[in-house]
Amino acid sequence: MSAVMMVSKKAVRRWEKLPGRNTFCCDGRVMMARQKGVFYLTLVLIVGTCSLFFSFECPYLALHLSPAIPVFAALLFLFVLAMLLRTSFSDPGVLPRALPDEAAFIEMEIEATNGSVPAGQRPPPRIRNVQINNQIVKLKYCYTCKIFRPPRASHCSICDNCVERFDHHCPWVGNCVGKRNYRYFYLFTLSLSLLTIYIFSFDIVHIVMRSMKTGFVSALKETPGTYPFRTVVVCFFTLWSVVGLTGFHTYLISLNQTTNEDIKGSWSGKNRVQNPYSHKNVLKNCCEVLCGPVYPSVLDRRGLLESSAIKGIQPAATATVSKSTDSVQQISVSRLVLHSLHC
Amino acid sequence: MATEFHNLQELRHSASLATKVFIQRDYTEGTVCKFQTKFPAELDSRIERSLFEDTVKTLNNYYAEAEKIGGQSYLEGCLACATAYVIFLCMETRYEKVLKKISKYIQEQNEKIYAPRGLLITDPIERGMRVIEISVFEDRGSSGSSSGSSSTSSSSGR
Repeated sequence: MSAVMMVSKKAVRRWEKLPGRNTFCCDGRVMMARQKGVFYLTLVLIVGTCSLFFSFECPYLALHLSPAIPVFAALLFLFVLAMLLRTSFSDPGVLPRALPDEAAFIEMEIEATNGSVPAGQRPPPRIRNVQINNQIVKLKYCYTCKIFRPPRASHCSICDNCVERFDHHCPWVGNCVGKRNYRYFYLFTLSLSLLTIYIFSFDIVHIVMRSMKTGFVSALKETPGTYPFRTVVVCFFTLWSVVGLTGFHTYLISLNQTTNEDIKGSWSGKNRVQNPYSHKNVLKNCCEVLCGPVYPSVLDRRGLLESSAIKGIQPAATATVSKSTDSVQQISVSRLVLHSLHC
Repeated sequence: MATEFHNLQELRHSASLATKVFIQRDYTEGTVCKFQTKFPAELDSRIERSLFEDTVKTLNNYYAEAEKIGGQSYLEGCLACATAYVIFLCMETRYEKVLKKISKYIQEQNEKIYAPRGLLITDPIERGMRVIEISVFEDRGSSGSSSGSSSTSSSSGR
C-alpha cells in the first residue's frame, strides 16, 4: 500500500472530551451550564440597576450627604459581581464518571451481593448502606455515572453530572450549586440583599430630600430614570425574593442541610434519620460551610489528552481523517501512562 | 530519579496488566475524604498487609490534614472573603499544597514498595477522589491470566 500517511499530533484538552451538558470557556478555565439566558438577565438587572443608581442619585447624595455613600455602593457592587462570577464560572464539585474498569468492578461487587436473580424478576435496587455517625444512610447507584454516589451527592439532570453536596441547579447563576461554590452562592445572595437594601433606602432618602426642597411631584420629574420603575419594580421585588432566599439559606447553613435534602425531607419527620452531618451547634455548622477548606476540582479540565489525526493521501484509498483511533491510542497509551507516572 | 523511572518503565513494558483493585471510600465519619483500610483479597499474595495499611493510613492522615477545620482554615477563609476570593488567583490553597505532598508520597511509595512487587497505585485525585486504584501486573513470563494492555484512558497529562 503506497498511501502516504501523515500523522500530526494535536493536543486536545480534557474539557473537550468531558461527558455531561456543560459549556466551557477560556480553554477550560470557565465551566457553566448550557442554558445561560437567565444568567445574562441577572447580569443585566444588577449592572443596569446599579449604573442608574450611580448616574442619577449618587451625584446628589455625594454632594448633599457624603461621598462615602457611592464609594461603599461601588465596593458592594464589585463584591456582588465577583461572587456571582465565581459561582457561575467554577466547578460546583462535579464527580467524574467511572472509567470502564471501575464500573466493571462495581458491577461485580453488586452481583456478588445480590446473587443470581431468577428470570422474570426485577433485580433489587442498587443501594449501599453506610453508617455515618451512628445513622444509617443509603447510597444510591447512579446509572449514568456508573458509581455509587457519595453521601449528599446528587445527579443534576440539567447538567447531566453527579455533583457533590448538591444543593440545587440555579438558572439565575447558570450553574449548579454544590460543594465547591456554595459559599460563593451564599455570599452572592447575602451581598445582593445588602446592595438592594442599600440602593432602596438611598432611593427613599434621595426622594425625601428632593421633595423637601422642591415638592414631591417635581422631584419625580427630575429623576425620571429612577422613579417609579426602578425603585418599585426592580428593587422592591428583588428585595423580597433575594432577602427571602438569603434567609432560607441562612437557615439551611445553620442546620448544615442542603436545599435538595430539605425538599426531599431527608432529615425531617418522626421515623426519618436525623441529620448525621450537623454538629448540633449553629456556630460550628456555619463555620464548616462558610470557613471550611476550599476544595479543589477533581475534574481535570485543562489536562492534555494526546490525539493524532491520520490522513491517508491516495486517490484509491478513502481519506479517513479521525481525531483519535483506537489503534493509535493503544500504541501511545504506554507513553501516556509513563507521562502520568512522571507527574 | 532516572533509575527509578526506568524501573517503572520496565514495569509497563515487560509486564501486562492482570487486574485492578479499587479501595473504596470510608464514609463512617461523614463526607471527609477517608479510604477503607480493609485489606483486599486480591493483594494477599502480592504485598504485606502492614505495608498496605500504612500507605492507606498515611493517605488518610494527609486528607484529614487538608480538610481540617481549625484556625488556619478560618484565617484562609476570612482573608479570601475580604479580598473577594481574588487572592486565590495568586495564592495556593492549603488543600492544593497537601495534594502536592500526597502526589509526591504516592510516587515515592510506588517507586520503593509497590513497583518492585508488580503493583501501581494511582493518585485518587485522578479518579475523582472516589477510589484508590491499584493496578496488579503479571510478569509476561509467568502463566498468569492477563487481560492485555490497558486500553482505558486511565492516563492523564498534567
